[in-house]
Amino acid sequence: MPDIKTEEMLLNMGPQHPSTHGVFRVVVRTDGEMVLETESHIGYLHRCFEKVAENNNYLQVVPYTDRMDYLCAMANNLGYAQTVEKLMQLQVPERAEHIRVIVTELNRIASHLMAFGTYGMDIGAMTPFLYAFRDREMILKIFEKLCGQRLNYSYVRIGGVTFDITDEIVADIARFCEYFEPSIIKEYNDLLSYNGIFISRTANVGVLPVELAISYGVTGPSLRGSGLKRDLRKDEPSSIYDRFEFDVPVGTGEMGTIGDCWDRYMVRIREMTESVKIIRQALDALPPGEFCDKKAFRGVKPPKGEVYHKVEGARGEVGFYLVSDGTNKPYRVKARGPSFSNISVLDALTSRGDCMVADMVAIIGSLDIVMGEVDR
Amino acid sequence: MTRPRNTAILASACIALSVLGPALWAQEAAGTAPTAAPGAAQDGSAVGGIVQSGAVPAPAAEPAPPTAADLAKRYGTIPEQGGLYLQAGFYQLVDALGLAVTLPEWLVVLVALLVVCLLVFGFINVFALFAVWLERKVSAHIQCRLGPMEVGPHGLLQTIADGIKLTAKEDIIPRLADRPLYILAPILVFTGVLIRFVPLPFGQHLVASDLDLGLFFVAAVGTVEVIGVIMAGWSSNNKWSLFGTIRTATQMVSYEIPIGFAFVAVIACAGSFSLQDIVNQQRGWFWNWYVLVNPFLTILSIVYLTASLAECKRAPFDLPEAESELVSGFHTEYTGMRFGLFFLSEYAAMYLVSAVAVVIFFGGWWSGIRPLDDIGMSPGSPPAAAIAGFLLKAAVFVTKAVVLVFVQVWVRWTLPRVRLDQMMHLCWKVLLPISLVCLVGSTLWQMASGGAGLYGIPALLGLGS
Repeated sequence: MPDIKTEEMLLNMGPQHPSTHGVFRVVVRTDGEMVLETESHIGYLHRCFEKVAENNNYLQVVPYTDRMDYLCAMANNLGYAQTVEKLMQLQVPERAEHIRVIVTELNRIASHLMAFGTYGMDIGAMTPFLYAFRDREMILKIFEKLCGQRLNYSYVRIGGVTFDITDEIVADIARFCEYFEPSIIKEYNDLLSYNGIFISRTANVGVLPVELAISYGVTGPSLRGSGLKRDLRKDEPSSIYDRFEFDVPVGTGEMGTIGDCWDRYMVRIREMTESVKIIRQALDALPPGEFCDKKAFRGVKPPKGEVYHKVEGARGEVGFYLVSDGTNKPYRVKARGPSFSNISVLDALTSRGDCMVADMVAIIGSLDIVMGEVDR
Repeated sequence: MTRPRNTAILASACIALSVLGPALWAQEAAGTAPTAAPGAAQDGSAVGGIVQSGAVPAPAAEPAPPTAADLAKRYGTIPEQGGLYLQAGFYQLVDALGLAVTLPEWLVVLVALLVVCLLVFGFINVFALFAVWLERKVSAHIQCRLGPMEVGPHGLLQTIADGIKLTAKEDIIPRLADRPLYILAPILVFTGVLIRFVPLPFGQHLVASDLDLGLFFVAAVGTVEVIGVIMAGWSSNNKWSLFGTIRTATQMVSYEIPIGFAFVAVIACAGSFSLQDIVNQQRGWFWNWYVLVNPFLTILSIVYLTASLAECKRAPFDLPEAESELVSGFHTEYTGMRFGLFFLSEYAAMYLVSAVAVVIFFGGWWSGIRPLDDIGMSPGSPPAAAIAGFLLKAAVFVTKAVVLVFVQVWVRWTLPRVRLDQMMHLCWKVLLPISLVCLVGSTLWQMASGGAGLYGIPALLGLGS
């Protein structure tokens, strides 16, 4: 049979597309259903966070960090607060440390639930999305009770947290943990994780070798999906994470190759179990006492100097580089959003010639990006 | 835009009429003129006689004097099949009113055509409204939601409200679209679905036209829909629509093959293409349904149900519309009632494939319980019993079809979507070989067992049929 030369088609995916998880644009060169090459374009959501931060005092920067990774705002708050505290050598009360761990882990679960739900939707299953939202709603209700906010909490602040955690909320969280693990996780696995069609759509698709992941600076579940046991909560425990027992799930290539979409997806599901473990321990160990450093709440003026600090967010390493000139406003704030590094590997995954248009959607979904964090 | 918004729906109604018309007309010509013999307008049993041993000659051949005033004869019955015969009744009514003398014959036929067309068209519309509501309700309850609740009791009237909204929407045609094709496409898609309703029964003798090649007709004219879809995607001048189009064409053309083999196996068992005859073959207890007659047909019914999901572009084979990949595939650019027509045809097609499955595998209008089916079936049964039996059979048929529609909805909201290559793999490497083997197996089994139901077990136990 003679080689039929068909024309290539240049396809513009985004900025408005249901599966780009925000305003993200990929220019795709396709040959029929096969993707030959992709080129990502970002920047549609740029809000000059870093420049704005220079014109606000240290406390006023906190709400801007919420809007980076708006699905896991607690981790951003935590990263920023701990960076300033590190610069000031400020010791946070024990109770505040525990509360921080609890809310960050709860928010991680909420964020992973969102990742789980939208990933199901990317693959074509609508129902897991609604299931995930049903359970995410419980976490958001707890947060609403805790700080009046459902998404952009600004709850973790320099010197502690804004409100104390009441007994009622502690009971709510314990009840959620009881409800969620293991029965709900099992439900998710039955519904989606071990569904034959789902496995055939995600296993051996978008394989991310660990070397490639490291060279692109991929972190978080996307990196762990490639089999590398790298988790800042274990490796460089910033808060009181070293006191808790938990595992770091990694991709094992159970259904296909190590580092495929299914591995990345499954790491998130398993991390939810681990987060519940941490929350249970932190609730048990929750000490009485102050929940914040009242003095720091009135305003901070860190000494001259610079500092870099990173914490493990839901999507990877959330890092803040801070330069202080001794005034009450930061001289320079540089944020490292994990989604930014994670999305940069997309072109490498989709331009190998073995990817179909439907796979591209699966790969973008498995990297679990939040555009607010990519563009900042 | 000040375009007449209902052009599309009116035009498709016209096309539907024009398609339904000749189909019925052709049969009229073959049958008898309305004035000639009441109670004997058409007779599907002429074909059924091939396999029915000892079938009496068709009533058309009997000289029946027009005694129009007689009520029993107005709702004439057919000896070897029994039951109410609606078309004959219609002509008797014409006779009774004395219209056959005063009106020209063509006018009577035309009125009959219009009535039949409007009934079928109305049924499709009403069913689509119901099916959309059902889909939303079922999906909502699957997903821990309530679904529509505001308009009418449990949101029953929500779809009507949505339909009104659709007609009021601006009718947008993209600037670079191929206008004639763009306008024609939804009409063609809708027609493609609608004309498949011609030989489809809604109950015993309740059919627009019982074509001799009924099942073949259903399979053959379904391809019109594919052409419409290709036109829609191509004329939209949108790359995503084009993707959806190519996927649709690939998918629908491929999946017609296993469906075709399933049809052939059933036709081989029934000895007839006529949907009426195929159902009549399955009379008796439920083990006479083709799904239970032999194991190969059981497998084929699963093959058919799977392939019909793909044929309707329903999940897990909803690649042409793949929301998360192609936004909405070939109808991305369509708005208002043009989109409404695509929507309507999707739900009409859902009913259609389910109804065909009911006809060829699940016993049609027979409830599967013998005494229940025999109501009003004996030649001498009173008109009330005949009417009751007739309505019961229609209800049984539609209920079975709705149950299968429910299964489609259930599957859609449970499973993820397959990829294009996996879909083709399933069709060509799994369903096609299975259906081929089952076609041969079923035919051989039928020859060996003589067609006794439930794999021949009841016959062995002496339970009768």
